Amino acid sequence: MNDDGTVNRSALPAIFNPEDLNALEMALDIKDKFGGTVTVITMGLPAAAAILRDALYRGADDAILVTDARCAASDTLATSYILSCAVKQLKYDIVLCGRQAIDGDTAQVGPQLAEKLGLPQITYVEKLIELKDRTIIAQRNIGSGWQKVKATLPALLTVTADANDPRVPAAKKMMKYKTALAPCEIEQQLKTQNPNAAPEEIKTLASRKSAELEQKGVLIKQWNLDFLKADLTWCGRTGSPTKVHRIQSVVLASKETKSIEPTDAGLTDMIHELIDDKIIA
Amino acid sequence: MISVNRQGEVWVFAEQHSGRLEDTPLELMSRARHLADVLNVQMGTILLGDNVKSIASKMIHFGADKVYLAEHPLLKHYQATGYAKIISCLIHKYKPQIVLYGATVAGRDLAPRIASAAKAGLTADCTDLQIGDHETTNGDFHKNLLFQIRPAFGGNIIATIINYDRWPQMATVREGVMPMPTPDTKRKGQVITEKVQLSNQDLPLEILEEHTRPKKVDLKAARLIVAGGAGLGSKENFRLVWDLANCLGAAPAATRAAVDLGFIDHDHQVGQTGTTVRPSLYIAVGISGAIQHQSGMNQSQKIVAINNDPQAPIFDVAHYKIVGDLNVVVPKMIKAIKEKGFKELTTTAGK
Repeated sequence: MNDDGTVNRSALPAIFNPEDLNALEMALDIKDKFGGTVTVITMGLPAAAAILRDALYRGADDAILVTDARCAASDTLATSYILSCAVKQLKYDIVLCGRQAIDGDTAQVGPQLAEKLGLPQITYVEKLIELKDRTIIAQRNIGSGWQKVKATLPALLTVTADANDPRVPAAKKMMKYKTALAPCEIEQQLKTQNPNAAPEEIKTLASRKSAELEQKGVLIKQWNLDFLKADLTWCGRTGSPTKVHRIQSVVLASKETKSIEPTDAGLTDMIHELIDDKIIA
Repeated sequence: MISVNRQGEVWVFAEQHSGRLEDTPLELMSRARHLADVLNVQMGTILLGDNVKSIASKMIHFGADKVYLAEHPLLKHYQATGYAKIISCLIHKYKPQIVLYGATVAGRDLAPRIASAAKAGLTADCTDLQIGDHETTNGDFHKNLLFQIRPAFGGNIIATIINYDRWPQMATVREGVMPMPTPDTKRKGQVITEKVQLSNQDLPLEILEEHTRPKKVDLKAARLIVAGGAGLGSKENFRLVWDLANCLGAAPAATRAAVDLGFIDHDHQVGQTGTTVRPSLYIAVGISGAIQHQSGMNQSQKIVAINNDPQAPIFDVAHYKIVGDLNVVVPKMIKAIKEKGFKELTTTAGK
């Protein structure tokens, strides 16, 4: 935890959020059946580039890392704003998100992103039924059952774990993309390799390496808030209306615990006590 | 962007489908009433739909001072975009200080869309709401904020979230965590009919087909619950839970582990990803007591736990601790209950 109650992301390993894998699988399935390209975007620390490589191994065509120190402490509103700035840089027909993340479980970023992009939203998608003539039919879980809905593209979908079984990384793709790096990673590598090099020198070397990877089609794109022309009022801490007042560890305990012998007598006494206390009957 | 409005009302979104109000917003009514009383402001509900005026009085009976009623044929079936548009307009018009939603599928679909449009904060899946004060690190003092309290990171910590600079303060609240209030049919309130302007563009989804099925068991309404965990070992052995439940007239329930192992249907799941229950008696059979499970049952009036591991965390919340083999203990319990002549108890278990 940071002092302000936000999560210290740098202390945590970057993981592929499970339902984002289901969203990626749905995108790849659409690509397999109807063509098109799949671009994966994530906002995070430089370490999040590992997730993008994983997505490339599984079949994504392009990967974009939105990383900027000014993104820190973004709540779901600020995150969806920054992601919307990134998506607006692209041409798209369908935006797919995992229904929710396993850290916050909020399920908020998908609908907020849809609102910012002015897109219809189909949340809790458990099945893609049809994609034809720029209309999409999907089945969504509505808690007490399911619903089949139709929308005209472009649209945003949030995908649940029930939708599919995500494919595993493909050996061929791993061969191709194992050298894929984001510019921030390249710089870090060069700094480690040349500890005494001047910053300008690192910069020159880094841009040369980036150009080389781009030529091979294995450069992970890296965008910052300046590139996105994002309004900083809506990013990071200032763009986040929710703040943490307090964090407490959970201590759940009953007032007093009575040990009961697992015998006929012990259990009968307990049942009688529960009846006398009007807990049962 | 809406600034702080101390006179703003406390609102609840009255989620209805086909004229039937959902339980979760009704459960929220008593807490919303309490928050409004603490803040000394009025409590309003937002009711959207087609021909739903007849249920407006129900919201008043459940504690609302006002019902903001928006009726339109296009609002007949819930849809995020159309509903968000209307509610965002109402928020801009009346500037409530708090807006609450049930954390149902529709609530979790709708509330973030509104939060984005209103550029307001939103906390998901709260388990408690309070009014309190906050002092920022630079010494600014904010009085009477909505404390939005929720478990985080698998339930091991409880976070209290606030928003003090941009309002309204919004939250979704988990099903079953607040008791359903008793309606007072004599209560009087005001129904405010809003003009609704919508076109087909505001409703981009076409609902082709819908299938709903009632839950197999109503755990929230059950007075007695017998729950089984992975310790039962097999679906066959889970029969012990059914047998004990049947002889008590209790509802059978389970942990996530038991549901994942296929011992029983998900409708029976208690805990963070299942139902939150508050029965008078909760008997935990072969349940180790992960925090995610405990948070869904620790408000039970009495808890009996049976486990062969004396160190099982479930014993931390149990009133009656029985260390032993469940295959021996459960049949003995059934025998003890039957001796007291409980056979004739009416069953509260679902079909």
